Amino acid sequence: MTDKVTLTIDGQNVTVDKGMSILDAAKQIDVRIPTLCHHEDLCVAGNCRICVVEQKGKNTLTPSCATPAEPGMEIETSTPKVRKARKDIMALLVSEHNTQCTTCYRSTNCELQDLAAEYNIDNDIYISVVKPDLNIDKSSWSIEKDDSKCIRCQRCVRTCAELQHVNALAVTERGKDMRVSTFMHLPMNEIVCTNCGQCITHCPTGALTERRYYDKIWDAIDDPDKHVVINTAPSVRVALGEMLGYEVGTRVTGKMVTALKKMGFDSVLDTDFSADLTIIEEANELLVRLKKAFVTKEEVALPMITSCSPGWVKFIEHMYPEHLAHLSTCKSPQQMFGALTKTYYAEKKGIDPSKIVSVAGMPCAAKKYEANRPEMRDSGFMDVDAGLTTREIGHMIKQAGIDFLELEDSNFDSIMGESTGAGVIFGATGGVMEAALRTAYFVITGRPVPFNDLNITPVRGLEGIKEATIKFEDCLPEYSFLEGVEAKFGIAHGLINARQIMDQIVEGKSPFVFIEIMACPGGCIGGGGQPIPTNDEIRKKRIAAIYEEDMNKPIRMSHENPEIVAIYEDYLEKPLGEKSHHLLHTKYRKRKRY
Amino acid sequence: MAEVKELVKKLSKKYGKTRENLIPVLQGIVDEENCLSKAAMREVAQEMDISAAEVYGTASFFSFLNTKEDGKYKIRVCKSITCDMKGKQELIKVMEDMLKVKLGETTQGKRFSLLETNCIGLCDKGPAMLINDEFFTELTPEKVREILGDYIRNKY
Repeated sequence: MTDKVTLTIDGQNVTVDKGMSILDAAKQIDVRIPTLCHHEDLCVAGNCRICVVEQKGKNTLTPSCATPAEPGMEIETSTPKVRKARKDIMALLVSEHNTQCTTCYRSTNCELQDLAAEYNIDNDIYISVVKPDLNIDKSSWSIEKDDSKCIRCQRCVRTCAELQHVNALAVTERGKDMRVSTFMHLPMNEIVCTNCGQCITHCPTGALTERRYYDKIWDAIDDPDKHVVINTAPSVRVALGEMLGYEVGTRVTGKMVTALKKMGFDSVLDTDFSADLTIIEEANELLVRLKKAFVTKEEVALPMITSCSPGWVKFIEHMYPEHLAHLSTCKSPQQMFGALTKTYYAEKKGIDPSKIVSVAGMPCAAKKYEANRPEMRDSGFMDVDAGLTTREIGHMIKQAGIDFLELEDSNFDSIMGESTGAGVIFGATGGVMEAALRTAYFVITGRPVPFNDLNITPVRGLEGIKEATIKFEDCLPEYSFLEGVEAKFGIAHGLINARQIMDQIVEGKSPFVFIEIMACPGGCIGGGGQPIPTNDEIRKKRIAAIYEEDMNKPIRMSHENPEIVAIYEDYLEKPLGEKSHHLLHTKYRKRKRY
Repeated sequence: MAEVKELVKKLSKKYGKTRENLIPVLQGIVDEENCLSKAAMREVAQEMDISAAEVYGTASFFSFLNTKEDGKYKIRVCKSITCDMKGKQELIKVMEDMLKVKLGETTQGKRFSLLETNCIGLCDKGPAMLINDEFFTELTPEKVREILGDYIRNKY
């Protein structure tokens, strides 16, 4: 038993794996130690010191997050010395913090505020030394950075490095001037940033937040001339409840729809509809590429990679600008939805598209940037007028005074409100791949994909890079070129994993034909616009809720969605047709890497 | 631009392209170019395959890796506790008067920059300062007037 250690914490014996920190050992016996710079997703920093504990035989206090448990250690977590030290640390942090909590977006969901309240920082031992000249950086469409609220725990820096491998944020200067900042303190819109928003969900305070657009949306709702349409992404419905009093992993689809209608949205629609549409377009695009590669032997970029995640799209534009041909030309479901709202929807409903305000409710910070891309105006207007995060929607529901827990369920409006289980699972890593395979396999062979209950389990789960192999047999005549082909499919989430996949492609060694990449760990359910906190435990619960929603859907393959069938009959004519090309596909641009 | 590129290539060849060689490469650039320009830092990032923010983060940590262009003569007054207690503030005032600039600024014509630095290891002989690579110790306002006066009159 050399790989276990036993120590005592507050008089209780606890046996843990060797190498585990005192903090994690304490968690096992439900002893709570406060933390700030610590985050389950990230490496240990040990810079805030709030987690100090007293170790018998040692004069100085020990940071519990950064100290491995050792045999025979005797730890006390709440002695007068510990409490005094923690209170002092809090008071020092608060003295450098812009404490205008009443006007802060993160108020009541702030780790610093919680601890300050717990330790009752009511004295003036340390006078406030907030630098008055710190400006709020609102240059980015997605991310707002307010250094006056930064406690320099560097969670964002570690997130950007360890999860995303972008390193947009770094520790600059030193000593009292130390700041978390960008290259040459450039504004956020001028640096290499993917807008994924993971820095936001990992920030303990309000230093990093999403740019908020809900006031603009309220104005539109209140304007009788405007027809305000919202579409909500699959992962919003499995996370929104967390902000409104539900357990993590509760599905609140029906209540969410009711709340949005009550708030005054003229039409509440489902992004899953356009997710289904994405699948049709993307699966067909893949088949065209495969045909070119196998039959006509044309030069074509394979593997093809999904383009639903705007953080990922910006990442590849910056980091691998020479390999943009691998990206599917399909717009993301949000942008397809926007383009159709002001064309197809407007036409069907007889509404002047210039009067439509199209809003997207997304788990994402990067979607805000995506909505503002200059090329996203194929409907003749801004396809999506504003992107809201799950958090913003939660705030709006609270602002409207709606008692969320008591709401009845209701259904999405029509048209563009019908969706399948395949559209729903877009929200979890591996979901787009699974949805695409359900349809692609059917198109190729005329049979459902040979997995129990259509559940393609190899593509599911939180492993960074996943792969699945599918053999095509008894193909329909049109796809006889795929007969007997064993195709490999790859899935990556978190941009650090995306980089590995891309490096394989650059070296020409990628074994895959089709790859799904999501910028955020866990996929959209762990997106930069989701309720805070997010960690693996929470991700798993949200993912479970997504698959539950999928299983409860009567239709679970995108091509069987009756509204999808209808839109091709009435409007788009055929997948990859002229209209699709104009409204549903896009181009990418090369960006600078440094 | 092309020159910076060449220089960065030469330095990274000399010291190595990995992250741990970042500081010698940056020092090499400062020696040649007098400062780290935006373009130079981006070149280094590209050469070492790290982000530009990381290069800047490292550069901004060190007083001697300056990212804005300083004067030909960089006066660096030690700002650590010992020199502070021994009266460095007064020295700075004297030099501000003589050069007609504030601390952190550069004279017109870019001859002198008046800067502070972290400890230069001359605590036993404080207050101390450097003018480029030359060091001066046990300074008094009179001594500073003399030294700086000499520089102003005789060095171009």
